[in-house]
Amino acid sequence: MTRAVVLLLLAAALVAAPAAAADCPQTTLADIEDEVMCPVCGTPLALATEAPQAIQEREYIERLIADCRTKDEIKSALAAQFGDAVLALPGDSGDDDLGDVLVYVVPAVGIVLAAGGIALAMTRWRRGGRPRTEAAADGAERDRRLQADMERYEL
Amino acid sequence: MRRVVAPVPIAVVCAVLALVGLLAYGLASNEPDRTVEEALERGAREPAPSLELPRLSGAGERSLEDYRGTVVVLNFWASWCEPCREESPLLDRWHRRMEPRGGTVLGVDALDVTTDARAFIRRYGLSYPMLRDGDGDTRESFGIVGFPETFVIDRRGRIAAVRRGPVDEAFMRSEVAPLLEEKA
Repeated sequence: MTRAVVLLLLAAALVAAPAAAADCPQTTLADIEDEVMCPVCGTPLALATEAPQAIQEREYIERLIADCRTKDEIKSALAAQFGDAVLALPGDSGDDDLGDVLVYVVPAVGIVLAAGGIALAMTRWRRGGRPRTEAAADGAERDRRLQADMERYEL
Repeated sequence: MRRVVAPVPIAVVCAVLALVGLLAYGLASNEPDRTVEEALERGAREPAPSLELPRLSGAGERSLEDYRGTVVVLNFWASWCEPCREESPLLDRWHRRMEPRGGTVLGVDALDVTTDARAFIRRYGLSYPMLRDGDGDTRESFGIVGFPETFVIDRRGRIAAVRRGPVDEAFMRSEVAPLLEEKA
């Protein structure tokens, strides 16, 4: 009877362990370390390989992963330890202020304006840098002279 | 004939100049503050920057002002810092030596995981008071660029000596011991 109970408990434990693991969020160190900073190094954690503080930060993240924390929970825990500056992505601090939107919008607008400016400059450069009306006037004058020459030589 | 100035090379030159300017600005603004050392070289003692931080134990806050009238050996450290492990036992010995004579070591644990810092304190049996600077904000006002760094503050709240790196017995004897004899 006792043996049967022990076997039953063992079987229950074997079933429960994978079930608990399945409930654990599939967070990985690689998924987090490019979204947080190494505060001492001033670089994303993924780039700070040898720095002692980066090593400690990775160990801390791994402890939280083993503790079944989600990615957001881990980032919040890091911010609680090192301040919001540890979060590499704008908007991660959760304050949703205008600055977090602008850091994405301003570079995009800048790239579009720069591309437009370069395209415009290239177009003008190919045209020889002359204004369009002047170039058109030159073209009309050339056509008129060509026509006169052709009539003169009866071509 | 009118000479045409090519806009693309001009734009490239402007971009390169802007990048060089940004680089120069970045280098200049990253220079650590060394006004304390400059003052000490002149034989002057600058007032210590204000500092108010939570205790590492989590029980309330302390500021440097609270220690006015006491010689303070202000030590910035972190549990991941290798040289900090070497100097901590020495700092603790000096704290016990200074305490009856109106002096204290005051630790500031910066950019550290709290549980690791507490484990460090237990491991080395450190008895001096500890503050916590999680985001390392105080580094700028003290011109700190690495760990450990130690500031010796006299009874009037002025910086009397600085050690950028681990302290040793000779430093403590030459820079701290004489201050204990000074009146407030």
